[in-house]
Amino acid sequence: MHQSRSPDTQRAAKLAPGFRTLIGSDAVLLESEDQRPFECDGLPVYRQLPLLTLLPADEQEVRDIMRYCHEQGIAVVPRGAATGLSGGALPHPDAVLLSLTRLNRIIAIDPVAGSARVQPGVRNLAISEAAAAYGLYYAPDPSSQIACTIGGNVAENSGGVHCLKYGLTVHNLLKLTLVTPEGERLELGSDAPDTPGYDLMALLTGSEGMFGVVVEITVKLLPLPPCTRVALADFTDIKRAGDAVGAIIAAGIIPAGLEMMDQLAIAAVEDFVHAGYPRDAAAILLCELDGSQAEVDAQMKQVCRVLKQQGARQVRLARDEAERLLFWKGRKTAFPALGRIAADYYCMDGTIPRSHLAAVLTRIAELSAEYGLPVANVFHAGDGNLHPLILYDANQPGELERTEELGGRILELCIEVGGSITGEHGVGMEKLKQMCAQFTDAELAQFRQLRDAFDPDQRMNPGKAVPDLKRCAEYRALAPLAGAQGKP
Amino acid sequence: MNSRDLSAVLAEQVQAAAASGSRLSLQGGNSKSFMRTNAAADTLLSLQEHRGVVRYQPVELVITARAGTPLTELNEVLASRGQMLPFEPPHFGPTATLGGTVATAQSGPGRAYYGAARDFLLGCRFINGRGETLRVGGEVMKNVAGFDLARLMCGAYGSLGVLLELSFKVLPRPECNRTLLLEHTEADALALCQQLRRRAAPATASFYHQGCLYLRLSGTEAAVSAAASTLGGQMLAADGDIWRLVREQQLACFNAAQSLWRLSLPVTCAPYPEPTLWEWNGSQRWLFAPSDSSGPERWAREHGGSATLFRNRSERDLPRFPALEPKLADLHQRIKRALDPFGVLPPCPYLPAEPVVHAD
Ligand SMILES: Cc1cc2nc3c(=O)[nH]c(=O)nc-3n(C[C@H](O)[C@H](O)[C@H](O)COP(=O)(O)OP(=O)(O)OC[C@H]3O[C@@H](n4cnc5c(N)ncnc54)[C@H](O)[C@@H]3O)c2cc1C
Repeated sequence: MHQSRSPDTQRAAKLAPGFRTLIGSDAVLLESEDQRPFECDGLPVYRQLPLLTLLPADEQEVRDIMRYCHEQGIAVVPRGAATGLSGGALPHPDAVLLSLTRLNRIIAIDPVAGSARVQPGVRNLAISEAAAAYGLYYAPDPSSQIACTIGGNVAENSGGVHCLKYGLTVHNLLKLTLVTPEGERLELGSDAPDTPGYDLMALLTGSEGMFGVVVEITVKLLPLPPCTRVALADFTDIKRAGDAVGAIIAAGIIPAGLEMMDQLAIAAVEDFVHAGYPRDAAAILLCELDGSQAEVDAQMKQVCRVLKQQGARQVRLARDEAERLLFWKGRKTAFPALGRIAADYYCMDGTIPRSHLAAVLTRIAELSAEYGLPVANVFHAGDGNLHPLILYDANQPGELERTEELGGRILELCIEVGGSITGEHGVGMEKLKQMCAQFTDAELAQFRQLRDAFDPDQRMNPGKAVPDLKRCAEYRALAPLAGAQGKP
Repeated sequence: MNSRDLSAVLAEQVQAAAASGSRLSLQGGNSKSFMRTNAAADTLLSLQEHRGVVRYQPVELVITARAGTPLTELNEVLASRGQMLPFEPPHFGPTATLGGTVATAQSGPGRAYYGAARDFLLGCRFINGRGETLRVGGEVMKNVAGFDLARLMCGAYGSLGVLLELSFKVLPRPECNRTLLLEHTEADALALCQQLRRRAAPATASFYHQGCLYLRLSGTEAAVSAAASTLGGQMLAADGDIWRLVREQQLACFNAAQSLWRLSLPVTCAPYPEPTLWEWNGSQRWLFAPSDSSGPERWAREHGGSATLFRNRSERDLPRFPALEPKLADLHQRIKRALDPFGVLPPCPYLPAEPVVHAD
């Protein structure tokens, strides 16, 4: 557990009445018992109570809060469903926590345009559920989609298992409404393909709540594909599974989803949901194709041939929709499944060029042995996005520290081979150190200057996403080899 | 194919300009000079010689090239491995470079189906107005470390940085492309495109002009034949050229126009009151010499889109882009200053005039 600091309760009590007049008494949480459920996100090794927790009900209340905070010089941490895995929505002791889950209305669906206007607290899956009536869906599907909010997705530029073909959040947005740190309302993007001006919508996507509060989002909806099929291939050698991924792409096929899991993950999933994965395999690949019947049939034949050529022991096509969903259920429940076999797990999120996959997995296995901590690998293979899960026990003294160190080594390994420290979970609190390895001081300074363009008082989500100079100097002094000069 | 790395020299030139307070104008292949603003500049920074593919591994679906690399060269390299830039940028001249394409955010026929230039840009290396060389984004499909400055460079016309190196996601070329010609009224053609979108039909490009709707179907041979047979119309024997002609604005109607307006509109938008040529299922429309120069902008705004004066061949000096609302303009200015505090780089094209900023 990381250190936390008690918020100044006197200051909180003094500020509370001001907020109560703006949004009503019920929507302002002051007592620590009431605020306890808000003290962490999906990375509970960081916990912190905020000054106050605010639960606005609509956009106007958000604007009122932001204006008041601007006048009073109060810092703000936005929060969605708190499923984030990098401590992005971790409260700050000197900041109010702005929970957006009450802004949960789907404002309109336009089936002809193929778009949905929603409030930020709408859950990712709720959009697709509402769109299904029109034969449409929202493509980015993080495994947390039953819980995470679209506002959080925008802030993290979240991905899912269908990114390779359908893109990330940034590729599936039309419009954003931002409430600035001063409480002003800005509309970015439009229903048209482009808008004159800098591409601020792209800049805002993935900005981790540092530029303001997103209060409305128009997402693109896609027609449900007429035909979807998934193949499950298993391998006795993880390197071959990795090569098979490249071979499918080399054959000119872009699967809708291409996921890989290693033995430890397979076993955990089988125990948990009985997805029908072969327990003795070193790795499995799930390869999903979608499109017209003719397209899918033709490409699936090719995929099966390639998988066999690459040494797959067996290739099974899901017989029906139920089996297809079961294959995916295994993948989508991999994190909780692994959570059952260890006291705690720590999920990493590095990306690498796919050709380095075998080498990186071998190195991770070596590091795992060196630290004496098991690591399971779940992998958005098509995108080169690794999720090594380190299994540990937080109650063992020193084990969390060792886990974090191992995690850091894995991320540095990703940088070494030309990848990135985060593919979709964001930097948050967690990866501030590794930011100093991926970026130079000049690059980090540029990020800070850009933040200041939006938030000159630095009141939005303070201390997250971009490390300060001091922290980098400390990090570089400790790990001279991990300095940014080493990158390609 | 030439390959030369001039990043160090270019960075020195920007540093020198920052030190002396002079203003730079940036030039790649000069194929898009018609998009240039008339801003005063002291020095021309030529970027054309900084060129060459830096890294390309087809199975990674990623290519990295220097900004001065000619677009034709890049396309040839990709084609030789059966891949493509899916946003199919127009060249507007044989010397078009990759940097100019990104700086002006050009996308072609594939835009409505595959996505725009910004959708495929994964990362870049650039020089900011302080003369610092920075690298943002990456050469992997997914990277959310650091703010997305790479996409911000798309359509910034060099006002936020001198682009040095660009990494793109690329895709395999479809096994088969076929073009259908269907005769329709404009309203029916728009309706058909909407239907096709909703059916997830493999229609990867569309354009309409004077009663003729051209549709490009792409995918496996089987999927394309199946889609073609349900659509009817006439299949063109050789189709490659028609898409090139539209993309490069080489059809006669483009050349005749005194002023060419580009309308970017919601895909559900009704026909424009005057004849247009449209692409992207109706969401990009070209308007030739409108009767009233403020007409397109007003109409587009009322219909949820925007109009830009794409080519101005008249004597009058008209603004290229509509004015931004004040709060947004202010934010643009602050972003510009964050990247270019001394005003060394070209002015932000979306703002009326460059504010005078002194180095301190
Ligand atoms: C089991 C599990 C599986 C997951 N799988 C995936 C996956 O497949 N792909 C993936 O990308 N992620 C995944 N995640 C991570 C997480 O779900 C995503 O990052 C998600 O987008 C977070 O959404 P949230 O609503 O929970 O946001 P939060 O965690 O509450 O917040 C995340 C960040 O967004 C900011 N924020 C939230 N709302 C707003 C707003 N309206 N305006 C401005 N800033 C805001 C916060 O300040 C914070 O920085 C997974 C998490 C879990 C627990």
